[in-house]
Amino acid sequence: MFIIGELINGMYKNIGKAIKEKNKTVIQECALEQIKCGADALDVNCGPASGKPIDDIQWLVEIIQEVTDKPLALDSSKPQVIESGLKVAKFKAIINSTTADAEKLAILVPLAKKYNAKLIGLTISTKGIPQNKDQRVELAATIVATCSEQGFPVEDLYLDPIVLPVNVAQVQMKDILEAIREFKIISEPSPGTIVGLSNVSQGTRVRSLINRTFITMAIAHGLDAAIVDPLDRDLMDALITAELILNKQIYCDAYLDAYRRK
Amino acid sequence: MALELKEKWSGAINVVNIGATREEGGSRDKVIKVGGQTTLPFLFNEGANPYKPVVAWEIWDIEPPDWPEELTRAHKDVLADALSWADKCVREYKAELLCVRLMGAHPDFGNKTAEQEAKFIGQLLKKVDVPLIILGCGDDSKDNLILPACCEAAKGERCLLGDAVQDNYKTLTAAVSADGHNIIAESPIDINIAKQLNILISDMGLPLERIVINPTIGALGYGLEYAYSIMERVRLAALSGDKTVASPFVCFVGHEAWRAKEAKVKQAELLEWGPESERGPLWEMITAVALLQAGADILIMRHPKAIDKINKYIDNLMITK
Repeated sequence: MFIIGELINGMYKNIGKAIKEKNKTVIQECALEQIKCGADALDVNCGPASGKPIDDIQWLVEIIQEVTDKPLALDSSKPQVIESGLKVAKFKAIINSTTADAEKLAILVPLAKKYNAKLIGLTISTKGIPQNKDQRVELAATIVATCSEQGFPVEDLYLDPIVLPVNVAQVQMKDILEAIREFKIISEPSPGTIVGLSNVSQGTRVRSLINRTFITMAIAHGLDAAIVDPLDRDLMDALITAELILNKQIYCDAYLDAYRRK
Repeated sequence: MALELKEKWSGAINVVNIGATREEGGSRDKVIKVGGQTTLPFLFNEGANPYKPVVAWEIWDIEPPDWPEELTRAHKDVLADALSWADKCVREYKAELLCVRLMGAHPDFGNKTAEQEAKFIGQLLKKVDVPLIILGCGDDSKDNLILPACCEAAKGERCLLGDAVQDNYKTLTAAVSADGHNIIAESPIDINIAKQLNILISDMGLPLERIVINPTIGALGYGLEYAYSIMERVRLAALSGDKTVASPFVCFVGHEAWRAKEAKVKQAELLEWGPESERGPLWEMITAVALLQAGADILIMRHPKAIDKINKYIDNLMITK
């Protein structure tokens, strides 16, 4: 499982403040802590309060790269902010994200190609959030087709089925999980699959439990990557164990520690 | 054009250095390097197989009381004197690596003291200049006395010592760590224990790069395929990125092959099986052949004829063009 740590996001108070004050220690500590807990990559989002996201993302990328060579997921809805981050990213970056809209794909797929980055494709469009599995698969196919046409390697694409809060869209949960499995058979080689996990428990009272139960089920449906809070130890334990049960890791009594020292 | 299938792996097997030269603080003539593979054995088109598998000649510090006649005949003039035995392996047979089993320390086979064994190791290091593998006698409490003493006697020579097992690894790990040696981690044909033991040993501060796995094998006809599949699975996991099992393998081929009835029974008892002078070495050699394909890096072997054949076979396998 490819874990992207979600904590470097300006919407969190401490991070928002650190970005504003250009306090690099807070950001770097947050980066290292997530990696220590098992993150393979780090999401980087300037947050809504950032007045100058084009500059801020460059500052974030540069100071994080001072302490780690893990890939960074440049998280913004604005392509110019993403490109600004890509310009200073030293290692293979991840674009987070494009939608299935033609105009978005027309900008972001070439950008990913140009900078040899991975790309997260959300199965969502201006028509709104998909309401069932078939709509998700249809949007996914649009994204895959565009990537193929433009010569972007599908192995570097992660499709996100859009996880909705369980207390809002309970009837869709099964469709979301099944969409993950169907994404994998859209093309050969298969695209990767990813979820932004925390949304599933938005507004509920037992967030961590819902998060880890959902991700366990998603892994069983073929999930390859997730954007999560790696500091949630119970979540990480569940995730590691789910992979163990799927024979992706060799069991030993210390398998949880073994995974974390990978 | 035919479709060429190539696997790409993310992991690599650790390189373990056995022996230290004078420049490195030891007194060996050269260093034996094992491991370093980035693909399955001998698939040179897919990745690196940088070091050739190596045979370590097995010698004992006492005359082995229970070796089959064909085996004792092969070493008859030196069997009773370990130093001459070692010398003959190196000079006459051009052994690159020796594996000495300190069976004489076993309570049932002479009960030699730690001081005696340490002194013997000191003499052996003077007698030959190839790197050494040093094994205990198999009695845990005795090994915990003799092996640390031998570690100290061979300090700086970067030997390979064994075996550490899940229930008895701490004393040897501490000694190996302190005196700059490498360790053999033994598991009973069990991939889960192999992984666990590597973690336990590295948790004590000995780097994974100084561990060689003894996966325990069976000889041809005695569970060889079971050992093969365990080794293959360990290697696939390591190549897929699991660093905790990315260790080279050592296989006790001679020990297992010469326990087989097919290797040791005399022609007089089973006429149609042919002469044991051919059959025994062949049994040892064929067992080694299969293990090489499973990923064996060090083969501990006994019969000169089997070793001669397997060395030629390895040389052929290592031809890349």
